Amino acid sequence: MALNTDFNLGADSDRLFNELLGAHDGLDREQSEQLNAGLILILMNHIGEPEVIREAIARARAALER
Amino acid sequence: MARYQYEPFPYVTPPELAGDGSTGAPVIIVGAGPIGLAAAIDLATHGVASIVVDDNNVVSVGSRAICWAKRSLEIFDRLGIGERMLAKGVTWKLGRVYRGDEEVYNFDLLPEDGHRFPAFINLQQYYVEQYLVERCADFPDLIDLRFKNRVLSVGQDETGAYAEIETPDGSYRLTGDYLLACDGANSRIRRQFGLDFEGRHFEERFLIADVEMEADFPSERWFWFTPTFHPGQSALLHKQPDNIYRIDLQLGPEADPEVEKQPEVVIPRIEKVVGGRPFKLDWVSVYSFNCRRIDRFVHDRVIFVGDSAHVVSPFGARGGNGGIHDVDNLCWKLARVVRGESDESLLESYNTERVHGADENISNSSWTSRFMSPEPGVEMAFRNAALSLAVDTPFARRVVNAGRLSVPCRLTDSALNSADDTGLDVPQEIGMVALDAPLTAPDGSPTWLMRQLGGGFACLVTGDADLDDAAVPEGIKLVRIGAGGFADAEGKVAERYGSAVYLVRPDQHVAARWTAPDAADIAAAMAYCTARVAA
Repeated sequence: MALNTDFNLGADSDRLFNELLGAHDGLDREQSEQLNAGLILILMNHIGEPEVIREAIARARAALER
Repeated sequence: MARYQYEPFPYVTPPELAGDGSTGAPVIIVGAGPIGLAAAIDLATHGVASIVVDDNNVVSVGSRAICWAKRSLEIFDRLGIGERMLAKGVTWKLGRVYRGDEEVYNFDLLPEDGHRFPAFINLQQYYVEQYLVERCADFPDLIDLRFKNRVLSVGQDETGAYAEIETPDGSYRLTGDYLLACDGANSRIRRQFGLDFEGRHFEERFLIADVEMEADFPSERWFWFTPTFHPGQSALLHKQPDNIYRIDLQLGPEADPEVEKQPEVVIPRIEKVVGGRPFKLDWVSVYSFNCRRIDRFVHDRVIFVGDSAHVVSPFGARGGNGGIHDVDNLCWKLARVVRGESDESLLESYNTERVHGADENISNSSWTSRFMSPEPGVEMAFRNAALSLAVDTPFARRVVNAGRLSVPCRLTDSALNSADDTGLDVPQEIGMVALDAPLTAPDGSPTWLMRQLGGGFACLVTGDADLDDAAVPEGIKLVRIGAGGFADAEGKVAERYGSAVYLVRPDQHVAARWTAPDAADIAAAMAYCTARVAA
C-alpha cells in the first residue's frame, strides 16, 4: 500500500483541522509537544504499514525544504 | 551468606622461561575473561589446543555481566558448565516496567515450555569465570592457562601470529597459527592495531551497585521510569544468587563519578530503593557507555572476539551474551581451518555473521538508550507520550523500551546456508539457532534435542521425512526423531520442525533443509557450509 496523498478527509476537513488546533488550547509548549507526539504514535500504530509511515515521514521532512 | 571469596590463580613460570622450551599451541588467546575461557574450551571440544594468557590472576572483581540468556546457556551447556550455572543462578523470565510507582506492563521472555534452559538466569560474572577455569582443567593437554602473563604487543606474518609477553620472571615470545584478542572493551591489541572503534558515546551516567540483603523480591526484572524514590531518572532492580541484588540508577549526564561512588552518597540512594531494609554494599561502579564496533573482526591471523570487537550499553544484556555468541560462531570454524579441513576463507563468515550480530545488538541497545535518556525537547516528548499512553493503551506498552533482551540473531542471509526446498511454514527457519525440544531416548530416558545435536555437524530427521543412513557423510551425526530414533516426548519437534531433514552446524544453527535429500544434496550443502579443502 502506498501513502494516500489525495484528499481523504471529506466534508469535515476544516472542522477537523480546527479541532486539532483546539486540542492544544491552554497547553504550554512542552505539553503541546507531548500531545503531538502521542497523536503521531496513535495514528502511526493505527496505520500499521511501515512503508506508508516511512513515506509519510520523508514527505513531511521534505516539505520543510520548500 | 558469605560473599564471594576471591582465590588468586597460581602463577607458574612459563616453560619458555623455565628452560623447558616452548610447549606451543595452534591458538593463542589473549584474555581469560568469560570470552577467552569459553573460546579455549570450545576449541578443546574440537580437539584444538590453545594457550590463554591474562595479565591478572583473579576472576572478575564485581558481578559485572550477570544476565545470561537462554542461547548462551545452551552454548555453556555444550561447553560443559550449563547445568552448574543453572543450579547456582537465579532463573527469571518476567520483566515488569513501571512509570512512577505504577506498573504499566510486563513481559514474559519465554512464554512456551519445552526448552531445557530458561529465558534468563542471573549469575555473577565471577562465578561464570570460576566455572570456566575449573572446566578448563578437564583438558590438561589442550588448554594451558597462564595468569600474570601480560601481553605487550602482538604481531603476525603469513604463517602465524605471535605475542610478546611479560611475566614476573621476564619476557618471552609465544607463537601460534592464530591469535584471539579477547582482551575486552579497552583492548590493548585493538589500540595497537590502530583500529577505529566507530559508534556513539552516551553522556548519561549510571550508578551500578550490588547490595547484600535479606528480601523477598521475586525473581523478576523490575524497571522504573521516573520512580518516586529516584525522581526524574530510571532505575533497575535484579536479583542475583547469595542474596545479592543489582541496582542500577540513572544519574544524568552531569553526575561526577568520583563523588557518586562514595558510600555516603550511594547509601542514601540505595536506602530509598530498598525501603528501609538493612543491606551491605558489595560493589559499586559509576559508568557511562558506548555503542561501538570495529569495522572488521578478522585481521588475517588476529581475530577479535567479544568486547574487544564491539561494545553496547548494558540494558539488554547483549555484551556478555553477544561475546559468547561470537565464540560459538568462531571456534568450530577456526578448528577446521587449523586442522586443514577448511579453507581460511571460512573465517570470513565469522566476520560477516558476527558483524551482523553486533550491528543488531548495537541497534537494539542504542534504541533503548535513546528511549531511557532522551534529549530534551521532541525526544523527551515522544518518550513521555509513549509512557503516558502505555497506562491504558495496549499498543504503546510495546513502544516503551526498557531494554530489548538478548536473543540470538538470525543468519538468514549467511553465505553458508543452502536453499530450502521444503516450503515448510514452521517456527524453525534456515539461519536460526535450532529450537530445543524434549525427547525420549530409545532406552526410555529423557533428554533434549540440543544435547543430541551436540557440538559437531548433525543431520536431524523429523516427522515423516526419510533419509537413508548411507546418505549421511562420515563425521556427521545422524539424529532421528521418530521410528528408529528418539521419541518426540511432547510433540514439540513436530510443532517446531514439521517433517524434513535438517543440516545443523556445530554452533547449532540450521544451514539447510530438504524434504528428501540424497547423499549428493547433503555433501553439497556441507561443502558450502565448510569451505572444504579438496582432498
